[in-house]
Amino acid sequence: MTPHKLLELSLRSAAIGYVSLLILLPLAAIAHQSFIGGIAHFIEDISSPQASSALILTLEAAFLTTVINAILGTLSAIVLVRYEFPGRWFLNALVDLPFAIPTLVTGLMIAAVYGPTSMAGTWLQQGGLTLLYAKPGIVLAMLLVTMPFTIRSLQPVLIELEREQEDAAFSLGASPWTTFWKVTVPSVLPGLLTGVFLTFVRALGEFGSIVIVAGNIPMKTQVASVYVYGEIESYNPQGATSVSVFILLISFLVLILLERLTRPPGERMPRWLRWPNRPLDMVRPSEIG
Amino acid sequence: MIRRLLIGSVWFYFILLLISPILYLVTQSFDEGIEAFWREVTTPEALHGFMLTLEITAIVLVINLVFGTITALVLVRQHFAGRTILSGLIDLPFSVSPVIAGFMLILLFGPETILGTFFGTLGVKVLFAMPAMVLATLFATFPFVVRELTPLLQTTGTDTEEAARTLGATEWQVFLKVTLPMLRWGFVYGTTLTVARAIGEFGAVLVVSGNILLLTQTATLHIYQSYVDFNYVGANAVALTLLAVSFAILALLELAKAKAAATAA
Repeated sequence: MTPHKLLELSLRSAAIGYVSLLILLPLAAIAHQSFIGGIAHFIEDISSPQASSALILTLEAAFLTTVINAILGTLSAIVLVRYEFPGRWFLNALVDLPFAIPTLVTGLMIAAVYGPTSMAGTWLQQGGLTLLYAKPGIVLAMLLVTMPFTIRSLQPVLIELEREQEDAAFSLGASPWTTFWKVTVPSVLPGLLTGVFLTFVRALGEFGSIVIVAGNIPMKTQVASVYVYGEIESYNPQGATSVSVFILLISFLVLILLERLTRPPGERMPRWLRWPNRPLDMVRPSEIG
Repeated sequence: MIRRLLIGSVWFYFILLLISPILYLVTQSFDEGIEAFWREVTTPEALHGFMLTLEITAIVLVINLVFGTITALVLVRQHFAGRTILSGLIDLPFSVSPVIAGFMLILLFGPETILGTFFGTLGVKVLFAMPAMVLATLFATFPFVVRELTPLLQTTGTDTEEAARTLGATEWQVFLKVTLPMLRWGFVYGTTLTVARAIGEFGAVLVVSGNILLLTQTATLHIYQSYVDFNYVGANAVALTLLAVSFAILALLELAKAKAAATAA
């Protein structure tokens, strides 16, 4: 064996060993715990009134967040890429903030601005809308935490698209309708799907900001992650395991679906190696304009 | 007209969702004056929290840089069976809820498990102590450095390194003088992301730390405890400090990006 081969092999073992210990082993632990309980226990655990209402609430809120985020995120991305206006640089820099702010602090921010003692909170309450310790507060927290996903996944695609569209218009003279279906939709869709699916998965697992704004009333405003936390604190590992596994399964399924949907035909590369869906903005200022 | 409407609605969305909550937190933190703010961020509990967060972040950053670099190199430069699985695994932590991540560590290192008993007989306390808190933060932040380095490694290729080898450089020299400088922006981005996430980590650390006052209470845990104890001024004051750190990190990132763009041009 040549020294070079030896070095290669030892680096590979180090990488595989480290990832196995750090990521695979904890996953194996929860899978093992879930198998001990068995499928009957699993179903019983997740269909208990408190667990099932937490799961339904989480799925509902995450879905609503995803829809709102998809619409407003797309709008924001288009405006940030296409238009030149005062404060554009400022807004573009702000987009990354929700990823940089600790989620717990995000929760406190929402509690501060929409809580019962603030101006906005009092005003909304008079209008009959309670945000804090209620469902809208949960959605608001999820929205703020996931705000960058759609915007940041779409921006690079939109920048790319402008060039493509120009090329198409210049060289082929295609009608706007054909351009839209043949160029716009196929090139924007992977970016949009990435942003939307990541938003959903992130919203499902959100804890820090929700624990502050939700009030965490069982059967009413308790989301799945808070339920799991409660089960851990009350020494019920089985209940915590079942709900955790359920959430993990949904997350993984969503991500596998995303991988299937966004993989160009014939390509076998893992999605994250080619798609610029980075967690914080990596769009260079020069790319944006 | 449509243009103005669109720009206006984006401003409105940003103000409603992002800007006004930030401004509110700032004003609320100084609600009882600057002295109260200062008093709250300098209590022994708060100072201990800041120190602990700093310690964990430093340890996590060093480990991530070392293993992140190795993993990225292996992923991009080596072809072996199971490479796709490895890259999929690296991405996993992003999709795992922090509470669940912490819970998995409890299942792994609890007193009745094999690993728990093993470390117990060695006299090493993993759960409700520093090791578990570091592990939880490592789990959450591992993808950052790897993800920043892999695209760079892919686009730059190995030509320069081959040239250095042909000229007689040793493997170690090639790594230090060619590979590392080539990856410097990846390290800058990876570091800022890791630091931001490590400082803000809450759910996983809450579960594995036991939240013991002056012992395993990080800055975020201290904020949570203050909030639960109805000490809103205290919670907001420490939260504002962390918010300021987030701003600083983001500003650094923007600066780095501008610099990277300038050198690339």
